[in-house]
Amino acid sequence: MPRLSSRFGVISLIAALGVGVAAGVGGFTFLYARGAAYMFDDPAACANCHVMNEQLNNWYRSSHHTVAACNDCHTPKNFFAKYIHKARNGWHHSVAFTSGDFHEPIQIGPVNRRVTEQRCRECHEPVVDSIDAHAAQQQSELSCIRCHRDVGHAH
Amino acid sequence: MTPEPNVPHRKRRNLVLLISVAVVAALAAAGAAALAVNIMEKKQEAKNPYFRVTELTDQTEDPEVWGKNFPLQYDGYKRTVDMVRTRFGGSEAVPRDPSDKDPRAATAQSRLDEDPRLRTFWNGYAFAVDFREERGHAYMLEDQIFTERQQASPQPGTCLHCHGSMYVPYMKAGDGDLIKGFEKLNPLPYAEARKHVTHPVACIDCHDPQTLALRVTRPGFLEGIRALKASQGVADYDVNTQATRQEMRTYVCGQCHVEYYFKGKEKRLTYPWAKGIKVEQILEYYEEVGHKDWTHKQAGTANLKAQHPEFELFSQGIHARSGVACADCHMPYTREGAQKISDHHVRSPLLNINHACQTCHRWPEEELAARVHQIQGRTYELRNRGMDAVVGLIQDLEKAVAAGKTDEELKTARALHRRAQFMVDFVEAENSMGFHADQEAARILGVAVDLARQGQLALRDPNFQPQLQPTNVTPTPREVSPPGAAEKK
Repeated sequence: MPRLSSRFGVISLIAALGVGVAAGVGGFTFLYARGAAYMFDDPAACANCHVMNEQLNNWYRSSHHTVAACNDCHTPKNFFAKYIHKARNGWHHSVAFTSGDFHEPIQIGPVNRRVTEQRCRECHEPVVDSIDAHAAQQQSELSCIRCHRDVGHAH
Repeated sequence: MTPEPNVPHRKRRNLVLLISVAVVAALAAAGAAALAVNIMEKKQEAKNPYFRVTELTDQTEDPEVWGKNFPLQYDGYKRTVDMVRTRFGGSEAVPRDPSDKDPRAATAQSRLDEDPRLRTFWNGYAFAVDFREERGHAYMLEDQIFTERQQASPQPGTCLHCHGSMYVPYMKAGDGDLIKGFEKLNPLPYAEARKHVTHPVACIDCHDPQTLALRVTRPGFLEGIRALKASQGVADYDVNTQATRQEMRTYVCGQCHVEYYFKGKEKRLTYPWAKGIKVEQILEYYEEVGHKDWTHKQAGTANLKAQHPEFELFSQGIHARSGVACADCHMPYTREGAQKISDHHVRSPLLNINHACQTCHRWPEEELAARVHQIQGRTYELRNRGMDAVVGLIQDLEKAVAAGKTDEELKTARALHRRAQFMVDFVEAENSMGFHADQEAARILGVAVDLARQGQLALRDPNFQPQLQPTNVTPTPREVSPPGAAEKK
């Protein structure tokens, strides 16, 4: 049995205790914040913290609610890209919401706008292709959500 | 060679490492705890999305009290006093001289004066005495108290089921049992039951006072939807636990905007849905229970009166099929300052096309209004044809009665009259002039015209065999394999 009376032993014990407490409190916080919900696709998870309540409530009343949920428009289709994107958004959103340093009403950022635009195009490909062919001739780039910004949820 | 001189050095290094681990772990724990506290604060915020000025309980009946917590919703609710009409519905304030019997200074326009055929339609029934265009929710109680139908024939307490805020009165009358209270107030004379009721439809009729979630509180719908679901193979359906959020946004309106009758001596309000909610299924139900609302004065027919079957007709339409709820168009989401709320000024979407229609339909207001009016105009034309056909049959029946024909000889024509009139009335009494399900409305009217004219034939030819269903012809090759069906597979 190691001699605990040594200075080294006592400090080891304190360190171990500290690590244990950190893991415990961290684990509790994760569960308390319903952290696991963010791994899945349930739209309710996006309003775990109330800042997106309006978006969720609006989605229930939108024209797309029977065909697409949050992740269908706001995360990339590819499995790995989806979870990398979720991690990135998760980090940004947590920091913003905890610190309170964000624009109200909340606004979409350029990366998320690109993802959403891409998801419109994936489902509506036949229509979009022919529009794009026309736009290419005009040498202009069109955005679906510039005009159809309310299809998922009103703003 | 010897490690001796390194020992104190190594020990110190381990010590520094350990202290660092302890410090980092302590910081992490502190951080996680701080985060947990922060999350807790945010969760508290989420629990109070509104400023809780007053406590609401299951006995808080007065909408004004609810309005203290929800001033924006209450504001909209109060605006149902507005009297604005559309092409086929709504009402203008028609001025009248208040009297002791009826102190109202304004009512809605009389539908009987607009279309005198309706008097022939309901001859012998209270509706032929007084029948007006509906006004907003705010008037539901007052307009029922003072309608001349009350004098024409005494009405039971059942009527209040949909003309007042009934949750609290039923609970009180039933000592905490909603259904018992319902059963107790139904058979009372109207004036007697009226004493239990204070408000027209109020917040508590559709909302849980704690969670504000939608809640069905009217016994007629609780029982009606259970019967309907049972007919679809779902036993013991409980709407408040089994319906989805989107379904509830239709069901709370379906609590009243439905076809109904008063069953038996107990005058139990019953929605005739045990066989389904299509008009033929409702008729089949009425045939089976042998119900009649009154005997037609001229025709002698045991007749049925259809009552505003909005829920039933809407359920057959393209909007219902696309998952749209009543509230989506009649209470659309609307921005009030920094908040978005369901517009509690319940009204015709035609008065609010921007919010009601354009959320989904990206067309100019004029275009959308024109589409609705086109549908309603077509329905109206067919409805008028249906009215003419039924009135024609009523007149023929009256002549036949005067000519001394026996009940047995008139049996077929009267059966056709009962059916045809109910079907015309089903669209006529429904408050969308066909819009809620345009093709179904047109189908119903088309069938009704046919049935009424068959009734006239039956009076002229004693051997006439009525045809309720279309002839069962062999399907054409085109129907068996429609063009394009093979490629789809």
